[in-house]
Amino acid sequence: MFTNIMVPVDLGHLEALEPALSIVADLAKKYDARITYVSITANTPTSIARTPQEYEQKLEAFAQEQHKVHGQPVSIKAYSSTDPVANVDTILVGAIDEVKADLVMMATHLPRHLDIVMPSHGGKVATHTDVSVFLIRTAQ
Amino acid sequence: MDKKPQNQSTDEQASEGIPAPDGAANLIDTDYVIGQDNITTNTMGLNLDLHGKVFSISAVIVLLFVVLTLALQDTIAPIYDAIFSFLTGNLAWFFILAANIFVILCIGLIFSPLGKIRIGGADAKPDFTYMGWFSMLFAAGMGIGLMFFGVNEPLTHFGTSFDGGSWAPLAGAEGNAAGAEALAMAATIFHWGLHPWAIYAVVALSLALFSFNKGLPLSMRSVFYPILGERVWGWPGHVIDILSVFATLFGLATSLGLGATQAAAGLTYLFDAPESDITMILLIVGITIIAIGSILAGVDKGVQLLSKINIAMAAALLFFVIAVGPTLLIATGFFENLWNYAVHLPALSNPFGREDANFSQGWTAFYWAWWISWSPYVGMFIARVSRGRTVREFLISVMLVPFFVSVLWMTTFGGTAIDQYVSQGIEAVRDAGVDLQLFIMLEQLPLSQITSFIAILLVIIFFVTSSDSGSLVIDSITAGGKVDAPKPQRVFWAIIEGAIAIALLLGGGLTALQTMAVSTGFPFTIILLVACYAIIKGLMSEPKAV
Repeated sequence: MFTNIMVPVDLGHLEALEPALSIVADLAKKYDARITYVSITANTPTSIARTPQEYEQKLEAFAQEQHKVHGQPVSIKAYSSTDPVANVDTILVGAIDEVKADLVMMATHLPRHLDIVMPSHGGKVATHTDVSVFLIRTAQ
Repeated sequence: MDKKPQNQSTDEQASEGIPAPDGAANLIDTDYVIGQDNITTNTMGLNLDLHGKVFSISAVIVLLFVVLTLALQDTIAPIYDAIFSFLTGNLAWFFILAANIFVILCIGLIFSPLGKIRIGGADAKPDFTYMGWFSMLFAAGMGIGLMFFGVNEPLTHFGTSFDGGSWAPLAGAEGNAAGAEALAMAATIFHWGLHPWAIYAVVALSLALFSFNKGLPLSMRSVFYPILGERVWGWPGHVIDILSVFATLFGLATSLGLGATQAAAGLTYLFDAPESDITMILLIVGITIIAIGSILAGVDKGVQLLSKINIAMAAALLFFVIAVGPTLLIATGFFENLWNYAVHLPALSNPFGREDANFSQGWTAFYWAWWISWSPYVGMFIARVSRGRTVREFLISVMLVPFFVSVLWMTTFGGTAIDQYVSQGIEAVRDAGVDLQLFIMLEQLPLSQITSFIAILLVIIFFVTSSDSGSLVIDSITAGGKVDAPKPQRVFWAIIEGAIAIALLLGGGLTALQTMAVSTGFPFTIILLVACYAIIKGLMSEPKAV
């Protein structure tokens, strides 16, 4: 049913993603799907990498580690942006077409009042794409 | 194992996804990890990621300043005045000399082989189109000032030049209207032309170079790496960053206050809105709310969009005045003023032995200190949106293009006003208050209700773009150079700016604040001179783009 699962990751907050990543792996195994890890970084140096290129290398290393855990084929796509915090939703929606994903799985936080002015990325992406989106709540 | 995706190669990833930062660049070797001194918390659903020392000390100083200024106004005001008089009176030569160095460095770099170096690495691609980029440069750097002083400054210099005396530029041209106009326009262009943009360019270029090419955090302290080495991550660096926050926040709050005053005056003039504190507070609250919307939308969809709208409106107003005003006079005036500027530039920029002490200290040194105190904010914002440009392209766009636009703007608005006063004998345009002169000038032209309304809108949107880009900058400095810190922090700074502006507007401390903001210009001039050295040193170690 699904052949390519897109999984947005933030290399700066991997601990929060752990539960979601194992669910992604289970589902990918069930459908024998490829997992594409997508990530967005700033153009300027960040705590993870000093250049977007270095960030891409780290994303690749992360994907290979995940591959060792679940054995499914993996690929990556890294984007850089002037204002990653503000542009993340738009870039993710564009990435779905670009990596030709048929399912997006992403971790999201519990609903909260602040979402009215700053909506969760998962919710925003789900309302702007035709493919299925699977939001995994992270326990608070 | 399938390492590569089936539908794209690694090369394609580099060209499509990451705009390659890329190619050859020369990273500085440091063990410092961006954000390593940051405090991260998650309280009440709000994520925070802040540089503990820079954030808390800046916040405490700012609050203390506001409280003290309001509580002890009568005691503190003379102290500010004394500091300011000392700085502009005794150190005018220093400001004027330093600004000349910045201009010479920038022009030198345009023509030197170092101009070929690309910001972000040899293969980096620009993030914004020329139009979007230029709109943001202009809206952040000068927009509001041109609205405020476009009519006032040429008229003022014309008046003093015609009367003669030490307030006149280069001692004036007493009783000679043509000579006074030439001096007035040359002096105005001097203050709004190459020098201010060179100041911005030095800050922006140094920040962009050390961040995009050298891999250091987007923060003022990074520029000092060639001199201080690893010590920039300690207290010397903290002090530099705190000073940047201080200058940015106070500069912005002052402008918000002054802008609200002008917009309120315009609204009163046009719609008989009550000229009260309430009108101004509502304006500041409104500006802050739109600014928050803009920073939540981000640089691309918020700041860039508003800047483009603003530049389009400003261009429409400019061409309208050219078309219905004294068109021929403006067309010939543009070239005459450029010539006058060139002729008087050596004397105007001479730091020593000036006969026009009041002019060179009260106007030029004041302006230079003011531009310099604004430079961390404008420079950092320009740096952030300039990745992918070569040094030459960057300097031409940041310095020469705005220069010609400023000349055209000043010729149009100032030239028209002087013409109204001299040829048509309309004295109201000279006698009106600073915040009303623009509207009186427009009143003499057709459709003045519409153009005045557009002018008020322009003032307001220029303030929104200052407030939102300023909040982005302060947030990045107080987050240790991170541009990906959580959004609520940006909102926090936008609200603080508005709150300070309101508090000081009501308490009457706006002048003190302005003095303080300008006073930060002195330490910053030293910082900028260091930046000049750092730019050359940094560029020398970069590979050149083809």
